[in-house]
Amino acid sequence: MSALTVAGLSKNFGGLSAVSELSFTVEEGQIFSIIGPNGAGKTTVFNLITGVYRPDSGRVWLHGEEIGGKPPSALAGQGLTRTFQNLQIFFNMSALENVMVGADRTAETGFASALLRLPAVRRRDAGAGKQAVALMERVGLAAYLGADAASLPYGALKRLEIARALATRPKLLLLDEPAAGLNHAETREIDNLIRSIAEDGVTVILVEHDMRLVMGISDRILVLDRGVWLAEGSAEEVGRNPDVVRAYLGTEFAGSADAA
Amino acid sequence: MRALLAPRTGGLLALAIVIALLPAVLPNNFYFNVAILVGLNAIVCVGLNLLIGYAGQISLGHAGFFGLGAYASALLTGSYGWPSLAALVVGAAAVGALAFLLARPILKLKGHYLAMGTLGMGVIISIVLNQEAGLTGGPDGMPVPAFEVWGWTAYGERTWYWIVGGTLLVTTWLALNLIESPIGRALRAIHGSEIAAEVIGVKTERFKTLVFVISAVLASVGGSMFAHYSGFITPSEAEFFHSIAFVTMVVLGGMASIFGSILGAAILTVLPQFLAVLHDYETLVLGAVMMSVMIFLPKGLLPSLAELLRRRSL
Ligand SMILES: Nc1ncnc2c1ncn2[C@@H]1O[C@H](COP(=O)(O)OP(=O)(O)OP(=O)(O)O)[C@@H](O)[C@H]1O
Ligand SMILES: [Mg+2]
Repeated sequence: MSALTVAGLSKNFGGLSAVSELSFTVEEGQIFSIIGPNGAGKTTVFNLITGVYRPDSGRVWLHGEEIGGKPPSALAGQGLTRTFQNLQIFFNMSALENVMVGADRTAETGFASALLRLPAVRRRDAGAGKQAVALMERVGLAAYLGADAASLPYGALKRLEIARALATRPKLLLLDEPAAGLNHAETREIDNLIRSIAEDGVTVILVEHDMRLVMGISDRILVLDRGVWLAEGSAEEVGRNPDVVRAYLGTEFAGSADAA
Repeated sequence: MRALLAPRTGGLLALAIVIALLPAVLPNNFYFNVAILVGLNAIVCVGLNLLIGYAGQISLGHAGFFGLGAYASALLTGSYGWPSLAALVVGAAAVGALAFLLARPILKLKGHYLAMGTLGMGVIISIVLNQEAGLTGGPDGMPVPAFEVWGWTAYGERTWYWIVGGTLLVTTWLALNLIESPIGRALRAIHGSEIAAEVIGVKTERFKTLVFVISAVLASVGGSMFAHYSGFITPSEAEFFHSIAFVTMVVLGGMASIFGSILGAAILTVLPQFLAVLHDYETLVLGAVMMSVMIFLPKGLLPSLAELLRRRSL
């Protein structure tokens, strides 16, 4: 069964058509990338899938179940979560607590037992803490276990968001420009991290401008241009597609397509 | 000193010791009266800080809930002969229910709009208490019977001191527990980024409603106790200015600091009682305090102090 199916998705902002009649399918276990020039509608697609925005039309299925109209928190419970292009860190908490919120099953915590700090809550806290520590170590943030989120450098915050998302134990993870603003070495680490996430059986949808990263890592690539489906296929197929090269003319991608 | 500033363990113990030992040094009933007023304000402010400091949702109308609690107790015990405790509980439940109904529409608002929405809510409550003169005595206020439980009557400053002190201690303990739990983390996450909280599974609307109700219930309980203690209430308890006083206490003491709220309540309750000048210009002083804190100590007293100590000890 496919992890995600999108059919006829459209979203307008005022007169602007941000996403138009978009359809695609992501198979389970894939690393599926969505690329396109600035303003192509990639983030909007993420917002539509995760329930942040309501589509004007179109339908979305998650593991075969239609999810239209559900709030993001409900979808997180179904194994769908994401990171943000513009960091959305809880800067009023410690780095570890950021990840713990992801690990917490808040909906399952009884109000009375939280007020009285019953043993069940203490156990739950300890469990969430342990999971959060393990995840921070996994994404390479072991040095920041005791730090306030606000004290982390930019590259670490990018990874903190991924750790927090992983803490929800997603089946489908949407990453919005995880390598933006990172240097070469940091991008390599993100590359490896995404691969290891996929190896664990998590389906990944990746939005990214770093073409080297995208071309190397993706099982399948969807190209968007001004909200419209432009091309889809393997890295090689997309790189050879003249429409894609034209859309990217004069950009980094045109260069890397030549090289391919 | 650092243990004292650390929440829970040290802090709770320190609070218990202060409450237990204070009567030994309070010379007369005037001082006991001030201590009781500190305690009542602190109970309200601990609740309000959960809403404002932790969850990041401003309210400029919580005196409305305080006033409703006060009048619920006054009316149910005075006019209808209910037992005091039942009146307090039913009043708090009714205020909680009202807060629950208001929470969804009001907490959809953000920033300035939320401030205006809650302000309007408080003003409406205040107007109702003033206008329903048949029930409330209108602007002249109404007397409130003494607090009575199973034939025992709470009378005098010393008795009330222990009632209020005990309630504050329990309230503080519960609030600290809540903050440390997954629910507390969810509230702080909402403050940090509502959208990020949502996409990692926090049902933000539900938790905002929850904390709004908790803070309203605590304000109501504070109001009920104040009504019985003072024996006479007027609609001014629900006034906008009183709401601002609560918020100023929270801001002065420190956002997202339970003990800070107690400190803020203490300072802003004690000062006007002892400095006659401050008493005459209370509104002015509150405004000045609010402005100074915002400019010089945006984190509030206790968090700033804790930070200073932490830096010193490094
Ligand atoms: N909330 C919004 N209100 C109005 N217009 C919006 C909104 N969100 C996105 N847009 C517009 O929709 C179009 C697509 O934006 P989107 O952020 O999805 O692009 P993107 O492909 O993610 O671009 P980038 O690579 O720069 O992140 C843009 O023209 C943008 O200005
Ligand atoms: Mg984008």
